[in-house]
Amino acid sequence: MQIYLPIAELSVNLFLILGMGGAVGFLSGLFGVGGGFLMTPLLIFIGIPPAVAVGTQANQLVAASVSGVMAHWRRGNVDVKLGCVMLAGSTVGTVVGVWIFGILKRLGQIDLVISLSYVAFLGVIAALMLAESLRAILRQRRGTATRGKLHKHNVLHGLPFKMRFHKSRLYISALLPLAIGLIGGLLVAIMGIGGGFFLVPAMIYLLGMPASTVAGTSLFQIIFTTAIATFLQAYSNQTVDVLLALMLLSGGVIGAQLGTRAATTLKGEQARALLAVMVLAVCAKLAVDLVAVPAELFSIEVMR
Amino acid sequence: MSVRWTRWAGLGAAIVLAAGATGGAPKAQDRIGAGALQAPELLADVSDHSIEITTDFTGTDLVVFGTVDRPGDIAVVVRGPAEQVVVRRKDRIAGIWVNRQSMVFADVPSFYSVATNHPIETFADQRMLQRQGIGLDNLRLRPVDAADASVAEIAEFREALIRAKQRDDVYGIGIGQVAVLNNRLFRTNIFFPANVPTGVYNVSVFLGLAGEEVPGFSTSFFVGKIGVGAEIFAFAQRHAAPYGILAILIAVSAGWLAAAAFRRA
Repeated sequence: MQIYLPIAELSVNLFLILGMGGAVGFLSGLFGVGGGFLMTPLLIFIGIPPAVAVGTQANQLVAASVSGVMAHWRRGNVDVKLGCVMLAGSTVGTVVGVWIFGILKRLGQIDLVISLSYVAFLGVIAALMLAESLRAILRQRRGTATRGKLHKHNVLHGLPFKMRFHKSRLYISALLPLAIGLIGGLLVAIMGIGGGFFLVPAMIYLLGMPASTVAGTSLFQIIFTTAIATFLQAYSNQTVDVLLALMLLSGGVIGAQLGTRAATTLKGEQARALLAVMVLAVCAKLAVDLVAVPAELFSIEVMR
Repeated sequence: MSVRWTRWAGLGAAIVLAAGATGGAPKAQDRIGAGALQAPELLADVSDHSIEITTDFTGTDLVVFGTVDRPGDIAVVVRGPAEQVVVRRKDRIAGIWVNRQSMVFADVPSFYSVATNHPIETFADQRMLQRQGIGLDNLRLRPVDAADASVAEIAEFREALIRAKQRDDVYGIGIGQVAVLNNRLFRTNIFFPANVPTGVYNVSVFLGLAGEEVPGFSTSFFVGKIGVGAEIFAFAQRHAAPYGILAILIAVSAGWLAAAAFRRA
């Protein structure tokens, strides 16, 4: 069944979009990430204009993170205070990001920057994650379960403006969550991803947050970041297609719930290793496209 | 066969109506025997003056039909609303392919289709093709502010622009797609894909004769969104801020509903 998308200005198959939403939703439920890093390239691949893909994806992620945060909220796993500090940073990051997006689009370099940031940013995080999870799996196989310290004290703990976050049992500089939020906001606006893939490891390794509050707090924060990105993209670029977003999220929420259930059968480090392999595959594809001789050297864009 | 003839009969009736509407057409008996002496006659119309893009739109056909009063080369040209297009070329910088040189073309038809009754190269009046911009080789596409670009470069960018439009299925050439009956009635189908640009379209029909100037015949039609899709588009354009807020509210409530529904299940 074909549906004409009013903002993207082309028609798509309803079941294809529902299926894509469901598949990516399943993976995001399974791994506890938003799935934007898969959805945005997929949307562009089926012919949705990149600007509409990024804008609509932000809108879809609002729904996904609201749906995801509910379970964490009920269990009291959301550190609202820390989330708000990160939010202050990510608001600035999103506004700056949408502004940069506009400039790069005018210069014709937005696709390049999206590809480069995928490869550089997600590639590095995925490689680190893969190494870490493989080490954990090997350690378990050998049966030498060693417990390290709760978190290491390093130079980051010497920063000023220390704040106490009771829920996460942290006493750290407010600059840290602020900076992490800022980068997360930039990622949302420029790459059309929720940023969970970056936020979760940063919160664990840089802030030393306990695993229990990480997912809920990052989702809580992502709701607002993606909402701001949606508003700015809709307001300045008119690139949010609500019909496409609705179709994606209908498939996505069902997929996410099934994924969350499936996640109970996977161990944490196994899930992380699988996720890392998947992200590395996406990055490898983009990296090849950056260096291989393109089939068509020319591209066109209609100016508005 | 009977279906086909009924179609032609229907077209004939439509042509009579169209001719009546324009008022300038001579009566049938006036033309008998005197056709060769009079100025050549050309009349055309389209099957629909508005193409409506609804939510289930997957593309559509438009019939262009008309009459000529003598045999000749017939070309039907459809042009979409003009737009400004930037064409970019990638170059290798430090091993990575990066958009480098760019050229802006103004007045680019967003849709361009030519249908003829036989190959364009065999047209008797080749100058008419150049003058009227018929066919991809003759389509007028000039860059804006490209004083420092060489002729070869401009040609390269121009061809790339046409290639890209062809990939999007919005530029097409249909040779032999104009069917002519008894050297009088002609008709052709123009296909518009689902990504058809919206706006006012122009249809021009040309009759090419050796050594004789025939004025072309032009009419227009409109491609527009209607229904829910059109409302959404208009709202997003005119009230961008409320649209953004509404989009967020829809997403929040959908996420909330989903979580609540699955909690109970």
